[in-house]
Amino acid sequence: MTKIDTSRPESVLPTPSHTVGPFYGYALPFPGGGDIAPVGHPDTITVQGYVYDGEGNPLPDALVELWGPGPDGRVPTTDGSMRRDPSTGGHLGRNGVQFTGWGRIQTDADGHWYARTLRPGARGRSAPYLSVCVFARGLLVHLFTRIYLPGDRAALAADPLLAGLAEERRDTLIAQDGGDGTYRFDIRLQGEGETVFLEFR
Amino acid sequence: MALTQQDIDQEIAAERAAYGKRIADGAPVEHQPRRDYAPYRSSVLRHPKQPPVAIDVAQDPELVELFSPAFGERDITEIDNDLTRHHRGEPIGERITVSGRLLDRDGRPVRGQLVEIWQANSAGRYAHRREQHDAPLDPNFTGVGRTLTDDSGHYRFTTVQPGPYPWRNHVNAWRPAHIHFSVFGSAFTQRLVTQMYFPNDPLFPYDPILQSVTDDAARQRLIATYDHGLSVPEFSLGYHWDLVLDGPNATWIEEGR
Ligand SMILES: [Fe+2]
Repeated sequence: MTKIDTSRPESVLPTPSHTVGPFYGYALPFPGGGDIAPVGHPDTITVQGYVYDGEGNPLPDALVELWGPGPDGRVPTTDGSMRRDPSTGGHLGRNGVQFTGWGRIQTDADGHWYARTLRPGARGRSAPYLSVCVFARGLLVHLFTRIYLPGDRAALAADPLLAGLAEERRDTLIAQDGGDGTYRFDIRLQGEGETVFLEFR
Repeated sequence: MALTQQDIDQEIAAERAAYGKRIADGAPVEHQPRRDYAPYRSSVLRHPKQPPVAIDVAQDPELVELFSPAFGERDITEIDNDLTRHHRGEPIGERITVSGRLLDRDGRPVRGQLVEIWQANSAGRYAHRREQHDAPLDPNFTGVGRTLTDDSGHYRFTTVQPGPYPWRNHVNAWRPAHIHFSVFGSAFTQRLVTQMYFPNDPLFPYDPILQSVTDDAARQRLIATYDHGLSVPEFSLGYHWDLVLDGPNATWIEEGR
């Protein structure tokens, strides 16, 4: 059953998702996973927040992945997010010069995560945003959402996703400005203030 | 009162019956588990109550989610895909070779993308500090591997057969032996984290995580096939497991789906 016969399209069916479980911590996170911005880049922003469950408790074991374009709106095609040392097998991390656009952060014991990345530029008809993918123990299928940055009201109003949402739900996708290029974005998996999650078709 | 296997069995049967009824009423096949699957207790407070908001990617080919992060040779080392060589000595256990292809919904190979795996050792113990199961740690096994798919979408790992392990979903809960997989597609929408199982494991019917995939055929797609052709003489037993990524990519737009 698990050899897929590509000559029969009807047999090419998706592999089901499963939870990332509790024990990915020594496998998936890597040093500097959230330090996506090249060192000293003037367009660096810091995004940070908490991941909460349906009772408002923070998740100490969530994994957040961020993916976004550069300030010019271009999608990075650069590898090297998790560079390794071929001699020791250890992690070298990013080189601090190139921008890969992608990062991976595990929430800490308080359920907090942060990343430093470059302010995303606009693409297509959308207001600028960072794509977010959330994984956790208990989450059988990961969740996609977006971090929109506040400021450009016209762009946010014209965004095709945001325009279709009721105001209260829309606000869950817009980070709060903390000043000095810092933004707060909490992810609520369930209940009051539940974050808008996305399904791509 | 402590939750027993029998309680969980009944809940699993009820979920299965509910799915059967949905299908009988004309609902589509569910290839993915529902995030709200109570037999897996950790899901109860961690699934959204609101339905996801649909994004029709055909409306905007520029969405950043239609592109994928890139990974390359400098993100892995040569022996990352051989988990038996990460320490000075040989790990304990039955050596296995696990190989297959990474495909998209059109059956096309996903080339040069990152495949990460992690697993328990042959005694069913993870090298994770929060792991409380008192089975022995193996100083010669960490249980983490990475590789990039080749031009035909193939990946290949050498490792040891992981052991089943207990967990605390209910009394006497045991996970069937499995290897965790994390893969990237050609679009971020195709991101997948899942688990691969081994054929004929007697624990399958008792496990609420595997059973969260209520569709029989979909569940079978999580189980590798023993492949004698992949077995390496005098060395390892071979298992074949292909992955098919869900979610649209840029070619969906080209074809006007
Ligand atoms: Fe596991």
